[in-house]
Amino acid sequence: MLEVKDLTVEVDRKTILHNVNLAIDAGETHALLGPNGSGKTTLLMAIMGMPRYRIKKGQVLFQGKDITKLSIDERARLGIGLAFQRPPAVRGVKTRQIVELCLGEKNAKKVEELARKLNLAAMLERDVNQGFSGGEIKRSEMLQLLAQNPSFAMFDEPESGVDLDNIAVVGEAINEILQKERIREKKKAGLIVTHTGHILDYVNADRGHVLMEGTIVCEGNPRDLFADIRAHGYEECVKCRRC
Amino acid sequence: MSKVLNKTLAKNKIEWRRKAEAVKSKPATFGPDIDLSKFATPTEKEKVESLESLSKQAKEAALYVGIDADESFRAGSYFQIDHSVIYERVQQAYQGQLEIMSTSEALERYDWVADLWWQAVHVDQDKYTALAELKHTHGYFIRVFKGQKIERPIQACLFLAENNISQNVHNLIVIEDDAEAQIITGCTLHPRVEEGLHVGISEFFLGKNASLMFTMIHNWAENFDVRPRTGAVLEDNATFVSNYILLRPVKSIQMFPAAFLKGKDSRARFNTILYGMKDSYIDVGSKAVLSNKETKAEAIARAVACDQSQIYARGQLIGQVNESRAHLDCRGILFSSEAQIRAIPELFAEKAPLSELSHEAAISPIAEEEVEYLMARGLSKEEAVSTITRGFLDIDIPGLPPILKGYIQRVLDAATKEAL
Repeated sequence: MLEVKDLTVEVDRKTILHNVNLAIDAGETHALLGPNGSGKTTLLMAIMGMPRYRIKKGQVLFQGKDITKLSIDERARLGIGLAFQRPPAVRGVKTRQIVELCLGEKNAKKVEELARKLNLAAMLERDVNQGFSGGEIKRSEMLQLLAQNPSFAMFDEPESGVDLDNIAVVGEAINEILQKERIREKKKAGLIVTHTGHILDYVNADRGHVLMEGTIVCEGNPRDLFADIRAHGYEECVKCRRC
Repeated sequence: MSKVLNKTLAKNKIEWRRKAEAVKSKPATFGPDIDLSKFATPTEKEKVESLESLSKQAKEAALYVGIDADESFRAGSYFQIDHSVIYERVQQAYQGQLEIMSTSEALERYDWVADLWWQAVHVDQDKYTALAELKHTHGYFIRVFKGQKIERPIQACLFLAENNISQNVHNLIVIEDDAEAQIITGCTLHPRVEEGLHVGISEFFLGKNASLMFTMIHNWAENFDVRPRTGAVLEDNATFVSNYILLRPVKSIQMFPAAFLKGKDSRARFNTILYGMKDSYIDVGSKAVLSNKETKAEAIARAVACDQSQIYARGQLIGQVNESRAHLDCRGILFSSEAQIRAIPELFAEKAPLSELSHEAAISPIAEEEVEYLMARGLSKEEAVSTITRGFLDIDIPGLPPILKGYIQRVLDAATKEAL
C-alpha cells in the first residue's frame, strides 16, 4: 500500500532522513521505533507532504501511485491520515466542525456516536485542541481519524503524555481505525511511531523498524525489538546490525 | 400637542442648534475629514403599506443586513430610505409592549424625549453631530415599555437609494425598567448608489434591570463615507450588548461608540467584527466608562484586513470607581502585504485604585501549522484558510438569537469566500 523509496528529507536545510526505505502492505501495521531526534516524526510528516519537510531525493508511493509531489490535502483525500503528536490548537474552529468535515456531509450525523466512543462528547463545542489535556488531545486525534477513515493511517507517539486509562482508549481506537478486529480482508494499513513502546501492549504490530540518526538500522518483530531495546538501549541497535 | 411642550422643544432646539453651529466645521478627532458641502438634499418619498412592496433590489440589499421584508420573525420594523420614513409598524402581537416611530415624531409627541436628546452623545462633538442636528433627517425611535420582554427582534433599516446625498439620522432607543429587547439595525445602499454619506447618531437609554442586544450590520460601497456617533446610558443592573459587523468595502468609516455604566451592577459588552476589503479606511473603537460599583464591561474586536485596507481598532476603558472591571480583547489578521491594522487599546483608571482593567491585543498571520493541520484532514488550502478565518471572526456572542447567528454565519461565509 505504501512504499517509501530511498527517501532523503531535509528540514530547515538540515538533512534529517537518509535514504530511507519502507514498504507496508494492506492489512499490515508497522511500528517505527527510535530515540528522540532520530527522525521518526520527520518520516511521517514527509509521507503526509508537509512542506517544511522537503524531499531531496527518493519517492513516496501510495497504492502504486507516486505521490511525492502531491499536496497535503491531495494525499489526505487519497486515503492517508495522520494523528499528530502535538497538533496545533485552532482557535474558533470547533471540534464538532472538524469532525464533521472529516466525515463528509453524508455521515455528519455520526459525530455524536464517535465522540461518545472516545469520551469526547463534552468537547465537541470546544475549539479544536484549545486547552485540551494530553489525553484529550490524543483522543481528539483518534476521533478525527475515525471520522476521516483513511486507508493508511499514521500515529505519531499516540501514547505520549497519556495516562494508562487513556492509552487503552487510544489503543482501542487505533485498532478500529486499522480494522484490527478483522481476521480476513484487512484492507487498512498503519504506521505507529513509538518511543516507549507502551502502545504496542494494546495494538498488535506486524513489523518493527528502528530509526537511528535518520536511517533505518534494524527491522523485525516489534516485540522482540523492544525487548532488546529495553534490555540494552537504542545504542545496541547500531552495534548489533542483526538485520 | 400642548403649547407648553412646543415651547420647551423650541427652546431646546435653539440651544442644540447654537451648539451645533459652533462646531459645524470641526473635524472629528479620528478619521479622514469629509467635505460636507458636496452632498445634496433629496426629495421626500411616500410611505409604503408593506415592506414586501419595496423593489426586489432594495429587499435583497436589506436582507443582507438582517432586515427581513416579510417580518414574520420580527416584533416590529422601521424603514427609512434617504430622508424619508417609508414604513414603521409594531406587529399585532406586540401592540402595547413597544412603540416605533421616527424621532421627529417622538420629539413632537413626548416632552421627555427632548430631555434625552443629545444626552448620550454630545451635539458639539464634531461637524458630523452638528450636521445631524442642523440637517436632521429623522431616524428611529424605539421604546420598549416597562417590564415587557420582547422575544422577537425589532428591525430597523436605514437605506440609501440616491447618490451623493447625506443621510443624517438621529436614533433614540429607550428600554424601560425591567424590559428586554433585541434590535437589528441594517444600514445599506441600493446597488446603484456609489457615493454618499451616512451620519447616524444613536442614543440608548436602558432603565433599571433592562436588557438590550443591539446588532448593527453595515454594508456600504467603495466610495461611501460613514460617521456613526453612539452613546448608551445604563441604569442599575442594566445589560447592553452591542454587536457591530462590517463585511463589505467602504471608503471610510469612523466611530467610537461609548457605554456609560452609571448604574450599579450594570454591564456592557461590545463585539466588533471588521472585514477590511479594497481601499477601505476603517476606524472603529469601543469605549466603556465605568462610574458605579460592580460595573463590568468587555470589548471584543476581530479584524481582518485584505487588499489595501486600513483598520484602526481602538478600545478605551475608563474605570472611575473601585470594584469595577473591564477587559479589552483585540485580534487582527493581515491577509495582504499592502493592508494595515493598528490595535490601540487604552486603559484609564481614574482615581480608582481597585478598578480592574485589562487588555490583550495581537496581530498575526494565520498560522501555517493550523492550515496544514486542516489540510491533513482533507481540506484544500483555500478551504482551510476560509475555515480558520471564519472561526477567527466567529465571536461567541452569548444570547444571540439563532436566526441572527445563522445569518451572520452566512454573511461571514460569503465574505471569506469572496476574499479568497
